[in-house]
Amino acid sequence: MTNLLADPQLHAQAAQGAQSGAWLLIAFPLAGAAILLLGGRRTDKWGHLLGVAMSLASFVVGVAAFVQMLGQPGEGRTRLVHLYQWVSVGSFKADVNLLIDPLSISFVLLITGVGSLIHIYSIGYMAEDPERRRFFAYLNLFIASMLLLVLADNYLTLYVGWEGVGLASYLLIGFWQHKPSAATAAKKAFIVNRVGDFGLSVAIMLMFLTFGSINFQDVFGHASGASHGTITAIGLLLLLGACGKSAQLPLQSWLLDAMEGPTPVSALIHAATMVTAGVYLVVRSHVIFELSREARLLVMIVGAATLIFGAIIGCAKDDIKKALAGSTMSQIGYMMLAAGIGKAGYVFAIAHLIAHGFFKAGLFLGAGSVMHGMNDDVDMRKYGALRKFMPTTFATFGLGYLAIIGFPGLSGWWTKDGIIDAAFEKGGTSGQILGWTALIGAGITAYYMSRVMFMTFFGEKRWDDDVHPHESPKIMTIPLILLALGSIAMGAFLIAGDRFANFLAPVVGEPEAAHKLITPYTLLVFALMVVGIGLAYLQYLRRPVPRTAPAGRFPVVAARKDLYGDALNESLFMRPGQWLTRLTVYFDGRGVDGVVNGVAAFVGGTSGRLRRVQTGFVRSYALSMFFGAALVIGALLLVRI
Amino acid sequence: MTGHYLALSAILFTIGAVGVLIRRNAIVIFMCVELMLNATNLAFVSFSRMHGTLDGQIIAFFVMVVAAAEVVVGLAIIMAIFRSRKSSSVDDANLLKY
Repeated sequence: MTNLLADPQLHAQAAQGAQSGAWLLIAFPLAGAAILLLGGRRTDKWGHLLGVAMSLASFVVGVAAFVQMLGQPGEGRTRLVHLYQWVSVGSFKADVNLLIDPLSISFVLLITGVGSLIHIYSIGYMAEDPERRRFFAYLNLFIASMLLLVLADNYLTLYVGWEGVGLASYLLIGFWQHKPSAATAAKKAFIVNRVGDFGLSVAIMLMFLTFGSINFQDVFGHASGASHGTITAIGLLLLLGACGKSAQLPLQSWLLDAMEGPTPVSALIHAATMVTAGVYLVVRSHVIFELSREARLLVMIVGAATLIFGAIIGCAKDDIKKALAGSTMSQIGYMMLAAGIGKAGYVFAIAHLIAHGFFKAGLFLGAGSVMHGMNDDVDMRKYGALRKFMPTTFATFGLGYLAIIGFPGLSGWWTKDGIIDAAFEKGGTSGQILGWTALIGAGITAYYMSRVMFMTFFGEKRWDDDVHPHESPKIMTIPLILLALGSIAMGAFLIAGDRFANFLAPVVGEPEAAHKLITPYTLLVFALMVVGIGLAYLQYLRRPVPRTAPAGRFPVVAARKDLYGDALNESLFMRPGQWLTRLTVYFDGRGVDGVVNGVAAFVGGTSGRLRRVQTGFVRSYALSMFFGAALVIGALLLVRI
Repeated sequence: MTGHYLALSAILFTIGAVGVLIRRNAIVIFMCVELMLNATNLAFVSFSRMHGTLDGQIIAFFVMVVAAAEVVVGLAIIMAIFRSRKSSSVDDANLLKY
């Protein structure tokens, strides 16, 4: 653990050259969002082009910074760009600095690269939408917030980005807010995320309390000096934040509903980038998690549980986007698991994250392309045999499919096998349990993705009569092709020769052992994958797929209902919350108001009765005066004596 | 010796007080009030004599002045009420109530 104190992050140098212009990364998309939102309808004609241009400009700046970084020696790759002093109150200081290191630049390239492709795709996908300009404004806002999140050099700035992406996610899920389901889904996503954000904000406060600073440098530098309990608490709170943003158990319920948003949003925010922010947070805070075994164990448990949970949900959904959303949850579970393993896992967590960014974005955009040709129908039971009608979509979706199930040689194989290996290599009973969970998850992944594939592109036609499937325009298929290329090559590019491990080493440290490509588990994963595909083949290709979903037995019904995640939330939080509200209202109405009104009524009633003493008869007044005077005199005499 | 005067004063005061409480005619009540005032005056001068100081006598003068002023105002009010109501009974003037 002590070598972490020599973490090069602690010795960041000021950035020069192209990297000193890193603020442009955020400024471009932010300016795009501002112009499009403030410009209003005047910018309708060219708004989408501006959005794409700003995203691409950001990508170019990112590439320039990346190229410059490659020219620097490994230990000197952590650079700071000082922007301005933001908060300075007493001992609390928060500067807005951009931290450019191998970890953040990987994210920058993923966000701007995949983001730009999705921007381009959206031109075609949203062409018919009268609000297309607003859509691009929100997309740009998202890109800017996400970049701020990954480039922040302290937790407060990170939190700003964290909330920014939450806002963008809310706005984009509810983009078609005329649909009540979309408006509800947006609210749900926002509220569930608040729970996670609460954890993150408390973690930040706890850091300030413990270390007197919220800078990454200071926090990580002094982490080993803090008490074990504090570090564990910070780790658990960070994990809560990560769970909210990354849709991990127990805060997973929002992601499936988030599919109400337009498909490019699902691809960009709810598959490729934003939902992986939790993994980024854990890997970025690796120093804290390495100091607390308990926090790390919980990260692994959350990851392993979610990867099975999401995979099971993915098996039962007939809505193509929800099947993919279940898959996203599951894949992020893999990343979390890897991030919890420690040194051996960080590289695979981030590599899987990047590879997943490519193939899952490709899969979602492919699903969007299918929906585009099928009158926006999302029910896979009404698809079938589309491979002849959408050859490009089929080919790119197929490559993404092969990548996610871990077909040897493609992206997912390199990264997912690495994670499964690392879980087993961790050793001990927990390593065995986690490893087998990840293995079985891989088998289920193969099953549900094959199911999606077969139901959509194979089998016989099950379309509605008025549907005329057609291939999408070039502006949509070209991003698909580029993402498919990433799905093929990204894994090999990152993992082969430990390239990515060496690249990330200045941030997360060197893994203890070199990664072995072929292990006994590799064969086991392959076997399970074949079993998964075989099962799907028997069920969805050999037999005809009914157009209406069969009733199904227990596990299917449960998975269709998101494994009762919503029911649990409702019975555990919503209902008791309602009861509490009712109880409080009752207490306020009967208790507080009762006392106040009771006193008023008592005073009013008593004075009403007391008033009657004023009869108007002078002699009765005289009598009472007489008795009063007698009383006073009597009292005086009594006292005197 | 002064004990007799004080006894007389107490008797006069009691007669006056009972008169105020039981009579209805405003004029009679008024006279009873005067009786009570004079009973106290008698007590004052008796005590003055008893203690050999002048305080009681001086206060007796004050009481007389107040009583004179009171009579002026009181009789005026009684006259006004009698003119409007053709009655000098205090029970008839009972409109000022709850």
